[in-house]
Amino acid sequence: MSDLNQEMAERYKNNFLKEIEEQAEMGEWVKMCMQCGLCSGSCPTNFHSGWDHPPQEIFMLIRAGKREEVLNSEGMYMCTSCYNCYVRCPRKVPVTHVMHGIAEYAYRIGRAPKAQPTLHLSKTFWSNATKYGRVNEVQLTQSLYFKDGLGAGIKKGLEMKDVALGLVKAGRLNPMEALGMGHKCKDIKGIHAMLAKAEELEARNKAAKGKE
Amino acid sequence: MADTKTAAYICKGCEIDQRVDVAALSKVATKSGKMNLVREHDFLCSADGVAMIKNDIETEGVTHAAICACSRRAKTEAFNFPTIAMSRGNLREGVIWIRPDTEEARETTQEMAEDYVRMACAEVKAMQVPPGNQKTGTVKTLLVVGGGMSGMTSALEASKAGYKVVLVEKNGALGGWASKLHKRVPTREPFKSPEDNGVADMVARIEADSNIKVYLNASIAKTDGAPGRFKVEIAVESGAVAQEDIGAIIQATGFSLYDANKLPEFGFGKTPNVVDQAGLEALAKEAAAAGKPICRPSDGQPVKSVVFVQCAGQRDASGTHLQYCSGFCCNTSIKQAMYFKDSNPDIDTVVLFTDLRTPGNGEDFYRAAQNKGVIFSKGVVSSVIPSGNACAVKFKDLILNEDTEAQADLVVLATGVVPNSGPDLDALAEANRLADGGDETAKSQVVAMMDQSVLNLTYRQGPDVPQFKHGFNDSHFICFPYETRRTAIYAAGPVRRPMDILQAQEDATGAAMKAIQAMENAGLGKAAHPRAGDLSFPTVRLEGCTQCKRCTVECPFGAIDEDEKRFPLFNESRCRRCGTCMGACPVRVISFENYSVNTVGSQIKAVDVPDEFSEKPRILILACENDAYPALDMAGMNRHEYDPYVRVIPIRCLGSVNTIWITDALNGGYDGVMLMGCKHGEEYQCHFVKGSELGRYRLSKVGDTLKGMNLETERVMDMEVAITDIATLPQKINDYAALIKSFPPSPFKGF
Repeated sequence: MSDLNQEMAERYKNNFLKEIEEQAEMGEWVKMCMQCGLCSGSCPTNFHSGWDHPPQEIFMLIRAGKREEVLNSEGMYMCTSCYNCYVRCPRKVPVTHVMHGIAEYAYRIGRAPKAQPTLHLSKTFWSNATKYGRVNEVQLTQSLYFKDGLGAGIKKGLEMKDVALGLVKAGRLNPMEALGMGHKCKDIKGIHAMLAKAEELEARNKAAKGKE
Repeated sequence: MADTKTAAYICKGCEIDQRVDVAALSKVATKSGKMNLVREHDFLCSADGVAMIKNDIETEGVTHAAICACSRRAKTEAFNFPTIAMSRGNLREGVIWIRPDTEEARETTQEMAEDYVRMACAEVKAMQVPPGNQKTGTVKTLLVVGGGMSGMTSALEASKAGYKVVLVEKNGALGGWASKLHKRVPTREPFKSPEDNGVADMVARIEADSNIKVYLNASIAKTDGAPGRFKVEIAVESGAVAQEDIGAIIQATGFSLYDANKLPEFGFGKTPNVVDQAGLEALAKEAAAAGKPICRPSDGQPVKSVVFVQCAGQRDASGTHLQYCSGFCCNTSIKQAMYFKDSNPDIDTVVLFTDLRTPGNGEDFYRAAQNKGVIFSKGVVSSVIPSGNACAVKFKDLILNEDTEAQADLVVLATGVVPNSGPDLDALAEANRLADGGDETAKSQVVAMMDQSVLNLTYRQGPDVPQFKHGFNDSHFICFPYETRRTAIYAAGPVRRPMDILQAQEDATGAAMKAIQAMENAGLGKAAHPRAGDLSFPTVRLEGCTQCKRCTVECPFGAIDEDEKRFPLFNESRCRRCGTCMGACPVRVISFENYSVNTVGSQIKAVDVPDEFSEKPRILILACENDAYPALDMAGMNRHEYDPYVRVIPIRCLGSVNTIWITDALNGGYDGVMLMGCKHGEEYQCHFVKGSELGRYRLSKVGDTLKGMNLETERVMDMEVAITDIATLPQKINDYAALIKSFPPSPFKGF
């Protein structure tokens, strides 16, 4: 994985903006930012304490060619996809998607930080959702609760016990999901086939971009 | 005037008859108003009502009419009787619409209406029909000074409207700055790439236009006369002087770039690789002519990286450099960055800005530049350090909050504009004063300043139009953009405020229209803006004049000179009819036919002032007709109620208020006087520029008079009112009325 990082750094030398434009999904929007700061100001995740770099700064860092600083940043993983920045951007820059694109690219070249909670959630959510064709809530919750070890998982589970029971009583949560049962989608094979096709197309697109 | 026959017309429409006793009003008009003829009508502004008045004028010989109906600002088309003197009693907006329809309010509302009828009758009896300025000039040729984009546009637009134009340009070719541009900022869809500067096309159109006479390498040696009859001497290259008869003048003398030599910290002058925006245009033209890419001046190698420094010597809060934004430089830098990107996308182009301002459709242009790969960074440049053939641009990145630097083959400074507006009249007057006292340096200063003069006017107020902020030619920036304080002389383009080519062309078109209007009005003996069409003009009773010169000094428009015997000499064509001279005159010998010390004074005296036991105070409001009076009218339209004890008299300008009115009012038993005028000072809104300021200065002396009369100083109040104060004005009136009611009644009642 880190070989890919090296390879990309070599290929684009001093032009990190070009690297992002060609490699990261939606990266071509980075140049369109006009530095008004509305995205950072609209972000509900309180970036002052939570983010090392809010979106406006990530954009600026990319344009200033600061590759290491951007790839080491946790900023883009902090996004909760609330889309405040996206709807407010006066330049119609899809800030949320750009953040995701950069995060995905960093992950792809092996530069994503280890044990990043958002990253963990995304991965878990994805494998969970694609396995059954819809989200298995019990298994998803379990994998999140137990990510920091057995003790932490049990403790968290007990904390949330009343909520869970309430949901079960109201018919909003099926405990059988823990065993892989419960709601399923109608055509899981079809979904898997679609996803496989999508992955194939994405890989082809990325390979084509890399060759340019 | 042979026979005077007065008439009062009282309208019953718009529910006036339901709210007040109209029969009583008629009695008032007959008894206290002493009108020869009094008529009521159900609907006075209808065709029938108007025909009735017309019939009276023709068959009864009515010469003076008091129309007691709605505000003087309403129904002006219906009540248009140019052959007679006419006053308006404001019973609708001024009385019934601002009073509640209740039984308790009935008595005070009726008193208010009766007073307004008395006032209208008194006013009209003091008025005459204005004959119009007889000393008219009927020249309809427009002089345009400056052959740049603004000047050429004015000339072409005036010619299109059918007027002759004389276009004077100091250089050997038309086009001004625009002709020096490689390309210009786009003017049409899709606003994505620079386009041809358009000068050649305009010059060709001017050369083909038989209405336009062009003087190149020429300047204005002397401008004499008045609107409609200027005599202008044009000094041409050979040393000869050509004379032209001119009706109105447009000054479109443009700007000079701020001198980049004042910015040594940015490396200008230390290396040829630091240029200003004009310098880059020259490089781009040169490169285009040679069919080569833009090259570094130091060694002739193609430029690979370029940094644009915005606001170089502009928006400087320290006061060392220009304090203002020049308005066009951001778009220009975007355009110049495209010169590079369009020829070779691999050239690094960085624009360092603090606030990118892209007027017009510049936002699309900005976006196009971003799409082409121009990098925009928010940063403040501290210095440019040349080393060899390159430069290091040191700047603080405002987003990342760090000091950093960029390397560049070429650095372009956006230095901004300085107007070519001629000498500052105040400085010139001061230098003249010192020179008269024998000061030798002042004498050479005067010569140097007169050298810069653009118009060389023979006015006693100085050779050019006055300036306002930062040396730009004064022009009413909010409402009347091209008006200067010299009638029929208009400023257009960057000489009056920073602007780009498109704005300058729009400006030039507007100024041409205003100049045409001024010429036409001058020919008919009518006033120009803002009392356009007014036929009255000031006259002076010279027997009473003490030659104090206040009128000549205070006239905001330089309309009054002094004759050989040092009496005021009015140039009616230059006059705007504000009445500032009338307000200034300590012996009250200046008046207009339809507006005089007497027309207002008789209204003040006509109001019935109840005795001190009635607990009905009287407050006089003198309201500026341009802002305060319309605001009061609109308060009425919105049914905002206010105190029934005020009596409002519209005045032309606060500057026309003669202090005798205030003394008369207080002596006559009024409890308070409220003056409503426009904002003055740097952000003035006075339609007569200096009128409200001069009026206020005079009023600042009233306090002593009040103390001398043993009255509270609050009894005279000055208030700044804007036309938008519709909702707040009634409250302010009520607050003032409450204050006045807290004082004992005026001791002068009943005298």
